[in-house]
Amino acid sequence: MLRYIYGDDLCQVPMLKSTMFRDRADQFKTRLGWDVKVNENGEEIDQYDALNPLYVIWQMADGTHGGSMRFLPTTGSTMVNDYFSHLTNGVRIESPFIWECTRFCLSRNAGAQVAAALMLAGGEVLRGFELQHFVGVFDARMVRIYRMIGASPTILGSDGDGRDRTSVGLWEFRDELHAKVLQSSGLTDTLSRAWFEKSFDPEQSLVLTA
Amino acid sequence: MQRSKLETFLGTLEKATSLDALQQLTFALKDLYHVDHVVYHWVSADGEQYGAGTYDRLWVQRYIEKDYVRVDPVVVGCYQRFHPVDWKRLDWTTKTAKVFREDAIAHGVGNQGLSVPIRGPSGQFALFTISHSCKDDEWTSFIEDNRRDIILIAHYFNQKGLELEKSRVPAPNQSLSPREVDAMTFLAMGYSRAQVADTLAISEHTLRVYIESARHKLGALNTTHAVARAMNRGLIVV
Repeated sequence: MLRYIYGDDLCQVPMLKSTMFRDRADQFKTRLGWDVKVNENGEEIDQYDALNPLYVIWQMADGTHGGSMRFLPTTGSTMVNDYFSHLTNGVRIESPFIWECTRFCLSRNAGAQVAAALMLAGGEVLRGFELQHFVGVFDARMVRIYRMIGASPTILGSDGDGRDRTSVGLWEFRDELHAKVLQSSGLTDTLSRAWFEKSFDPEQSLVLTA
Repeated sequence: MQRSKLETFLGTLEKATSLDALQQLTFALKDLYHVDHVVYHWVSADGEQYGAGTYDRLWVQRYIEKDYVRVDPVVVGCYQRFHPVDWKRLDWTTKTAKVFREDAIAHGVGNQGLSVPIRGPSGQFALFTISHSCKDDEWTSFIEDNRRDIILIAHYFNQKGLELEKSRVPAPNQSLSPREVDAMTFLAMGYSRAQVADTLAISEHTLRVYIESARHKLGALNTTHAVARAMNRGLIVV
């Protein structure tokens, strides 16, 4: 199931929260070898997690984390503007219609469908909140994954070579891509929309869980 | 809503230099949209609170006296959030929320509302709200037609709010980057987007983001408006 949860509500889902931050440590520190901090509980948490981001999380049947990504508005602090403006020609990307998407993470146990489901969720957020683009930082290995699920970003700028190549990219909602992502995820539009609605409408969630 | 009216409104907003002027602008906006209320409330990076809006004074007083900020589902549901929130999607089921809602409606707040929480630089936070009294379907179609503009206006109120507290907090740098200046200059010269992208050796998608970023910084409604504003401010020379 796809869930949309703000940082301050993560405490209501402790297992989902801890497995997400541990999967992030596993992906970014262990597998990708990024220079990220991992705490004593084995969780990767950075300064942007302290800004109450919106997380989009794929929750597995056993309640643990299957994959996730993190959103912040570009009118506040973002990783792209704070650290990667050399990849955007010095342009500070800032608009109420552009959110930053970072820490796209997949659990080792996650199937290919999870990545597609997350992209589908990205589409819900774009359409549901009147957004024009997501902007994000990613490395070379993600390029292949994005292409596979039919959600390749437009590259704004890149730095480094081979596996260390870091890029800033853009996503927007495109009908023709949506169909492909939907197919890769094995989900239906109706279900995806229902999960989105449920996360942002308390009364709706009463109906669905009744 | 006619674009020209909205452009005129944003022009007046841009010239505002005081909290009083912002207050008057909330009334102007309420008339422009034919809605019952417009409220803009912000908390600066150092925790100072400000407000401007069209609510009845009695309601504002009562709100403070009753300490409604603790139970108001709009505040509870928007605090630390950053997506636009239709009041219908808030939790009004608790007893305190029901009592609050009844009191708010009795004071003319309206049964419908859209609140846009805004996150500014250095932890600044603001909430911009439009409220009205009407049936659900009327409200839904009003929101569908105007949501994007309302988000825009909310952010321009907030840019003004940040500017007004400039004396204490350094204002964010709103000047355009060289790349944005280039893009706006070629657009002002009548180049098409494809030609601008080609000239700057960037993709049209990238150009679109540069234009959107410049549009936001210039407080403009759309690209044409942004180009006009950049020229008026002498940021670009054609």
